[in-house]
Amino acid sequence: MAYSTAYRYTKEHEWVKIEGNRARVGITDHAQAELGDVVFVELPTVGADVKQGGLLGTVESVKAVSDVYAPVSGKVVEVNRDLEQSPETVNQSPHEAGWIAVIQLANPSETGSLLDAAAYEALIA
Amino acid sequence: MRTIFERGAAEAADGIFPACDVPAKGAAAWLGADLVRSKPPRIPDTSETTVVRHYTRLCKLNYGVDDGIYPLGSCTMKYNPKVNEDTAALPGFADAHPAADERYVQGSLELLYELTRLLQGVAGLPAVTLQPVAGAHGELTGMFLFRKYFESRGESRRTRVLLPDSAHGTNPASAAVAGFSVTEIPSNARGTVDLDALRAQLDDTVAGIMLTVPNTLGIFEENILEVTRAVHEAGGLCYFDGANLNSFIGRARPGDMGADVFHFNLHKTLSTPHGGGGPGAGAVAVSEPLVDFLPVPRVVKRRDRYALDWDCPGSIGSVHSFFGNVLVAIKAYTYILQLGDEGLRAVSDNAVLNANYLQERLKRTYVLPYDRLCKHEFVLSSEGLAKGVTTLDVAKRLIDYGIHPPTVYFPLIVHEALMIEPTETESKETLDRFAEILERIAAEAREHPELLHEAPTRAPVRRLDQTAAARNPVFTFPFEADPA
Amino acid sequence: MRYIPNADADRRAMLRDIGRSSIDELFADIPQSVIDAYRPLDLPSQSELEVYGELARLAEANEAPGRVPLVGGGVYDHYIPRAVHHVASRSEFYTAYTPYQPEISQGTLTVMFEFQTMISELTGMEIANASMYDGATALAEAVLMAERIRKRGRVAVAANLFSHDRRVVDTYAWAAGIELVEVPFTPTGRCDLARLPENISAFVVQSPNAFGILEPLNGLKARLGDALLIAVTYPLALGILEPPGTFGVDIVVGEGQCLGLPMGYGGPLLGLFATRKEHLRQLPGRVAGRTVDADGRIGYTMTAQTREQHIRREKATSNICTNSAHCALTATVYLASIGAGGLRQVALLNLEKAHYLAARIAKLKGYSLVFDGPFFNEFVVRPSGGNADAVRERLEAGGFLVESPRAMADLGVPNALRLAVTERRTQAELDRVVDILGGKR
Repeated sequence: MAYSTAYRYTKEHEWVKIEGNRARVGITDHAQAELGDVVFVELPTVGADVKQGGLLGTVESVKAVSDVYAPVSGKVVEVNRDLEQSPETVNQSPHEAGWIAVIQLANPSETGSLLDAAAYEALIA
Repeated sequence: MRTIFERGAAEAADGIFPACDVPAKGAAAWLGADLVRSKPPRIPDTSETTVVRHYTRLCKLNYGVDDGIYPLGSCTMKYNPKVNEDTAALPGFADAHPAADERYVQGSLELLYELTRLLQGVAGLPAVTLQPVAGAHGELTGMFLFRKYFESRGESRRTRVLLPDSAHGTNPASAAVAGFSVTEIPSNARGTVDLDALRAQLDDTVAGIMLTVPNTLGIFEENILEVTRAVHEAGGLCYFDGANLNSFIGRARPGDMGADVFHFNLHKTLSTPHGGGGPGAGAVAVSEPLVDFLPVPRVVKRRDRYALDWDCPGSIGSVHSFFGNVLVAIKAYTYILQLGDEGLRAVSDNAVLNANYLQERLKRTYVLPYDRLCKHEFVLSSEGLAKGVTTLDVAKRLIDYGIHPPTVYFPLIVHEALMIEPTETESKETLDRFAEILERIAAEAREHPELLHEAPTRAPVRRLDQTAAARNPVFTFPFEADPA
Repeated sequence: MRYIPNADADRRAMLRDIGRSSIDELFADIPQSVIDAYRPLDLPSQSELEVYGELARLAEANEAPGRVPLVGGGVYDHYIPRAVHHVASRSEFYTAYTPYQPEISQGTLTVMFEFQTMISELTGMEIANASMYDGATALAEAVLMAERIRKRGRVAVAANLFSHDRRVVDTYAWAAGIELVEVPFTPTGRCDLARLPENISAFVVQSPNAFGILEPLNGLKARLGDALLIAVTYPLALGILEPPGTFGVDIVVGEGQCLGLPMGYGGPLLGLFATRKEHLRQLPGRVAGRTVDADGRIGYTMTAQTREQHIRREKATSNICTNSAHCALTATVYLASIGAGGLRQVALLNLEKAHYLAARIAKLKGYSLVFDGPFFNEFVVRPSGGNADAVRERLEAGGFLVESPRAMADLGVPNALRLAVTERRTQAELDRVVDILGGKR
């Protein structure tokens, strides 16, 4: 698939969508394809402070576990509770309905260190 | 598969226990009504006919070593001699209570003491505990010993354990349960420990290294003496995972390679059965500096009597309720007495010959990523067999031919791995037939890949939906809701 | 050697095929100095006939099985219906490996699922795993699990746990850096709940406890705040006892030897582990789950494996791999054989017979029961005048097997004997105990 230029990406295969002073975060289409059928998503706690590169949650398939890292620092303000019942959404709609958490940006300049679509596509090519 | 909970109406199940021969008052009278069970457990009352037929039908859905070759790599699924089962079931052993006074269990204690001595000889190390009951339990005991050793020396800063990237998952998990962190050491192009990478890690925060010898590729670490020397010089200890002892028993000893802790899997090397996943036995042998830290109690001989010694102030404590899996130890002892020195050597001779014979033949059909002399097992890859065909497909197709598949997708450093361990208890004829089937499957992969994708079709069930099992976990029988 | 089928001719042919001239050549990768250092065991090979004879000699050297056991303390002399042994001895069960290939392991997996269901039913918990090594390691793992969940670094343990359980918990907790705080017992033999410490990850209570006394689990969970309640149980007693799950317990562990396993000088045993579904992701050990195959038929498979060491490695919930699968199978067949009705009957037999003996001893001059709380099949007796060792010797001279008074002294109860009475004890045997204690024999 073509990766949206409206998003930013990480080398650890998270995507980030900046919404004002917040960042919506999920795992990329590439990551979900590598992992296979997602059977469980461990969400962060709302209100938790996360650091860029720190652990945000985990995504599990039948035979693998993948850590999700926080692409930016800040406070977790929202998590996608739908994934508790329907983890398969991460496979079906990784960049939209399969989002994992929303982080209130502590340091907006951090977004500068993220990859753009072209750089991410080059990374996974 | 129907469960025992779905076998129709309640049947007569009485007659096992006698009527009460003392004056009875009932549970509520003795205990008070609030402690007495208000609702019985939903375990059906079933006649003996029904119970025996239910489990006999279930056992026929299984595949055991008695059914044929079981080439699971690193599992050493050798034949389990029948006499072992019978000696362990002798009432003198089976009906002994662990709190019995030592004078009433001299037979069990003598056996444990003598087995300990023989295992010391096999390991080439001065002391053995039989308390750990599984390989991973032996590893954990070993990691506890590491911890105690460094604690006793005031070197609590040594918190890192080094592990080759080909290690079994139990190794890092055992180190972690004992409070260590894990640092992975990459393998080199020959499939053995990268000495430079190892040396780069060796500092005064390293507690030691956990090695599997030979490693999970079936390759003997030719530099084993350099590896253990380097770790020792850096003040660390060397743990040897004995899962693969079958490849050198009777010919070489871990103690002569620099091991400080070595665990046996009696349920692998010494022929005790796996029981569908346990019970095992994971005896641990240690080098001189670690002897004082071994678990309590220890079986000792005082003049001509055997006893339990609890007075070991340096000990890590206990790792099991009592003295380990004694009945499993009896099976191992029965086996080792029959084999003797000559038989033990014949075990590794034939295990290694069988593996190399299969490896030579199968490398013509499958990719052999590390093409060299192997020990008791080797790792192939299904990569490039045919487009879209995976190792899982090959494994499931083997089932259609009535053979248990090898270990698959391990070690992690080989893509599409098939890890094959034939053991010494298989004949050339069986090996030839196994190789022929794997070759036929490789041909099918190219010509009729659907046979592999759809396999198994001749097993009691077809491929199971693992994703559904994990997404909607059902761990207990879904009884109908009770009427309100 | 008949366990190694190949003949010399086969070996020669195989060596030729792989281009090697000798077996020794296959070991050329082992350093010569290691090969040279090898010392044999000085152990001659022996025939099956000879070895069987030697093992029979050792078995006969054990006098304990010829005695009438009054010992318990976690391992008990219960009757095992003969059918259990016959079914469990099917080699399709005992010579199979861990069911990694579910399509040819449906026997093992279906039994695992039945076992988990039975343990859930017995304990009143939502989920149970497929077994741990023994009750002691199950308890140690429960402590580690509770600490992972609450992370306070401190766990309270009742002082009246079995010593062997406590020893193993001590070892695991030491390595994990968990502080254990002991909660003493009162003259009833029960835990002194007024002495529960604050700021703990969990509290471990055992019922029936090491004195055989039943602990009041009702309302206990509410006193703990958000600390987890871990209960050690005696599964056979749950045939008549209200299950721990009823009282909101978070983790139930126990020793399953009483469910159809021989005493075996203390091993192999069977660790039981049950918890609530909300804690599934912290559960140690294997679990089987129900699913369907490609044709929609019901089948069973190991599942929730991302918790386990082969996938999560150092971050796994436990390092356990091999467990007590065949012991769990035996327990399943035992429970299926006796059913809920038989379980209730056998539990009642234990209760009635133990109370018969306890009541008769309590009436003897010079003897008293140390604790007055309700008990199941085990109780603690104290002879007046400090002669528990002598009393034990008299009972042993009369053909009984009795635990050393050291066991109770280690728990802070000097000069006392713990006696266990199972369904196998007859009234005649129990009367003989009373006669010996009363000096009539």
